[in-house]
Amino acid sequence: MLKIKNLHVSIDSKEIIKGINLTINAGELHAIMGRNGSGKSTLAHVISGKEGYEITGDIFFNGESILGKTPEDRALAGIFMSFQYPVVIPGVNNAYFLKAALNARRRAKGEAELDAMDFLTLIKEKIKLVEMDESYLSRAVNDGFSGGEKKRNEILQLLTLEPTFAILDETDSGLDIDALKIIANGVNEYRNGDRAILAITHYQRLLDYMKPDVVHAMMDGKIVKTGGMELARELEEKGYSWLVD
Amino acid sequence: MSDVIEKAIEQDYKYGFVTDVEQDTLPPGLNEDVIRTISAIKKEPEFMLEWRLKSYRKWLNMEEPTWAKVSYPEIDYQAISYYSAPKKKELKSLDEVDPEILETYSKLGIPLEEQKMLAGVAVDAVFDSVSVATTFKGELEKHGVIFCPFSEAVQNHPDLVKKYLGSVVPHTDNFFAALNSAVFTDGSFVYIPKGVRCPMELSTYFRINAAKTGQFERTLIIADEGSYVSYLEGCTAPMRDENQLHAAVVELVAHKDATIKYSTVQNWYPGDPKTGKGGIYNFVTKRGICLEENSKISWTQVETGSAITWKYPSCILKGDNSVGEFYSVALTNNFQQADTGTKMIHLGKNTKSTIISKGISAGKGQQTYRGGVKIMKNADNARNYSQCDSMLIGNQCGAHTFPYIDVRNPSAQMEHEASTSSIGEDQIYYCNQRGISTEDAVSLIVNGFCKEVFKKLPMEFAVEAQKLMEVSLEGSVG
Repeated sequence: MLKIKNLHVSIDSKEIIKGINLTINAGELHAIMGRNGSGKSTLAHVISGKEGYEITGDIFFNGESILGKTPEDRALAGIFMSFQYPVVIPGVNNAYFLKAALNARRRAKGEAELDAMDFLTLIKEKIKLVEMDESYLSRAVNDGFSGGEKKRNEILQLLTLEPTFAILDETDSGLDIDALKIIANGVNEYRNGDRAILAITHYQRLLDYMKPDVVHAMMDGKIVKTGGMELARELEEKGYSWLVD
Repeated sequence: MSDVIEKAIEQDYKYGFVTDVEQDTLPPGLNEDVIRTISAIKKEPEFMLEWRLKSYRKWLNMEEPTWAKVSYPEIDYQAISYYSAPKKKELKSLDEVDPEILETYSKLGIPLEEQKMLAGVAVDAVFDSVSVATTFKGELEKHGVIFCPFSEAVQNHPDLVKKYLGSVVPHTDNFFAALNSAVFTDGSFVYIPKGVRCPMELSTYFRINAAKTGQFERTLIIADEGSYVSYLEGCTAPMRDENQLHAAVVELVAHKDATIKYSTVQNWYPGDPKTGKGGIYNFVTKRGICLEENSKISWTQVETGSAITWKYPSCILKGDNSVGEFYSVALTNNFQQADTGTKMIHLGKNTKSTIISKGISAGKGQQTYRGGVKIMKNADNARNYSQCDSMLIGNQCGAHTFPYIDVRNPSAQMEHEASTSSIGEDQIYYCNQRGISTEDAVSLIVNGFCKEVFKKLPMEFAVEAQKLMEVSLEGSVG
C-alpha cells in the first residue's frame, strides 16, 4: 500500500531523514519508535504532504508517486494523519467540519454526499466508539478540548472518514491509561485487512494494546533496526543507545 | 504567510461593468445654483429647497472629520458632479425602464420581476441618483405601506417628510450628513402604518454607474405604533480608476411597540486589488431612534466593498424598554480601509443594547472597530453587551478596536468581550489533511467566525452574504 524509497528530507538544508526505505502492506500495522528529534514526525508530515521540506527519493501510495500531490489530494486518495498536536479552529462546528471532510472524501470516491440527517445518525454511532459525549459535536473544532479529548477527536475523525492508510503521530503522548485504552480500542475498531497503519510512538504502552506486525527503531533519520513486538519491549527496557553500537 | 492563503484571499470584483445608458449629468461643482437646480429638477416644494440651502450653508463652515483611522488624499468637492440620471425619466411602470438598466440589475442578481415576487421582496432600485423602479407598490398600498423613491415621497407625502426628515440625523450632524442634506438626489422612503406587519421584505439596490459622480441617497423609514418592517439594501458600482464619493444618510424612527430591522449588504467597488487605485469612499451616517417604549431597532451589516468605509449605524434608545442591536461583519482585503462600528445611546429606563462586531482583515487591509455606548443619567437598569472579534488573514493587515464606554447611571450593566484570531497555515494544513481544499477551508473558517451575524440576516440574504464573502476572499481558481 505504502512504499518509501530511499527518502531523504531536509529543512533549511539540514538533513532530518537520511535514507529511509519502508514498505507497508494492506492489513499491516507498523510502529516506528525513536527518541525526540529522530525524524519520526517529519516522516509523518512528509507522507501527508506538508510544505516546507526539501525531498529526494520517492513515496508511492497504491503504486503511484504522491510527492507532487497536495495534502488534500493525498487525503482524498485515502491517507489520514492523526496529528500530534491537533489544531484548534474557533467558530467552526466540530460536526460541520467532519461533515465537510467526509463529503469531500465521498465526492472524490464518486459517492453521493451525506445529508445532515444521515450524517448525524452516522456520527452518533461513531462517537460512542471513542466514548465522547455528543456535546463535543456542537463545539468548535478542538476549541477548549483537553489533550486527551483532542486525541479522541482525531480518532473519531479516523473512524468517520475511514481512510485506507492512517498515520498516528504520537497519538498516545500525554494520555492517561484509560484514555490510552479508548484510543487503542478505536484504532483496533478501524483495523481490517484492507487498511494499514503507521503508528509513531515513544512508548511500548500503546503497542501492548494494538499489537503491531512490525516495529522499527528510528535513530538520527534512519531506520536502524526492524523487528516484531519483542523489539518494542527491548527498546522500552534498554533505551536506544545500545542501537548505536 | 504561505502562498496558498494569499491565493485564497485574492479577489475579482464581478460587478465592475459599466452600463451604457444616456445620462443627464450636471457639470462638476457645488454652489447654491447647483442645489437650486437639483431642487428644480425634482420639482420640490419650497421647504425642501430651504432645508437644502440651510444645510449647504452649514456645510461650508464645517470641517471634514479626521479622527477616523483611515487615510486618503484630499477630496476636491468641486470636481464631483452632484446629479446624474439616466435620460429617460417619469417612469410609470417597469416596462418603461431602460432595458440596459434592467440588464444591469439582472447581472447583479436582482431580478426586479417574477423572481422577487416569488421571494416576496419589494425592490426599489436606485441607479446613480434616481430611483428607476419600485416593484410591488400596489400590493403594499393595500396594507397602507408607503414604499417609494424619496423624491416621490416629497411630492406625495410632504407632511411626513417635513415631520421626520432630519429628526434623527439633523442637517448639522456632521460634515458628510450636512453635504448629503444639501445635495441628496434620491433614496427610499418607507412608512408603515399603525399595527401593520409589513407583508414582505423591502429591498433597495443602489448602483453608482456614471463616472465622476457622487451618490448621495437619503433613506427615511418610519414604523408607526405596533408595526414591523424588515428592510435590506445592497450596493455595487463599476470599476473605475478614480475614487467616487458615496455619502448617504439613513434615518429610522420606531414608535411605540414598533420594530425596524435594517440589513445592509454593501459591496461597492473596493479599488484595484494590486494597486489600490480607485474604489468608492463610503462615508455614511446611519442612525435610528427608538422614540417610544418597547420599540426595537436592529442593524445588520455585511460590508465587503468600498476603498474606504466610514460608518457607524447607531441607535438612540429614548423610549423605556427599547432595544437596540448592531450585528456587523466587515471585511477589508487588499488596500481597503474601514473605520466602522456603532453607537448606542441609552436614554430610557430598562433599555437594552447588543453589539456583535466581526472584523476580517486580509491582504494589506486595515480595519478599525469604533463603538460608543452611553448610559445617560435617567437610564435606570440599562444593559449593554458588546462583543468585538477580529480575524487576521496574512501578516500585512491590521485590526484596531476602540470601544468607548460612558456610564452616568450606577444601575447600568455593561459587558464587553473582545478577541483577535488569525487563520494560520496550521489550520489550513489541518483542513487540507482532512481532504478540505484551501478555498473551502478559508470560507469554512471565515463563515464560522461570522455565523452569529449571518444568522441575523433574512434567510435569502444570508445565503447571498455567505456567497459574497466567498467571492471577496477566494482566488480565481475554481
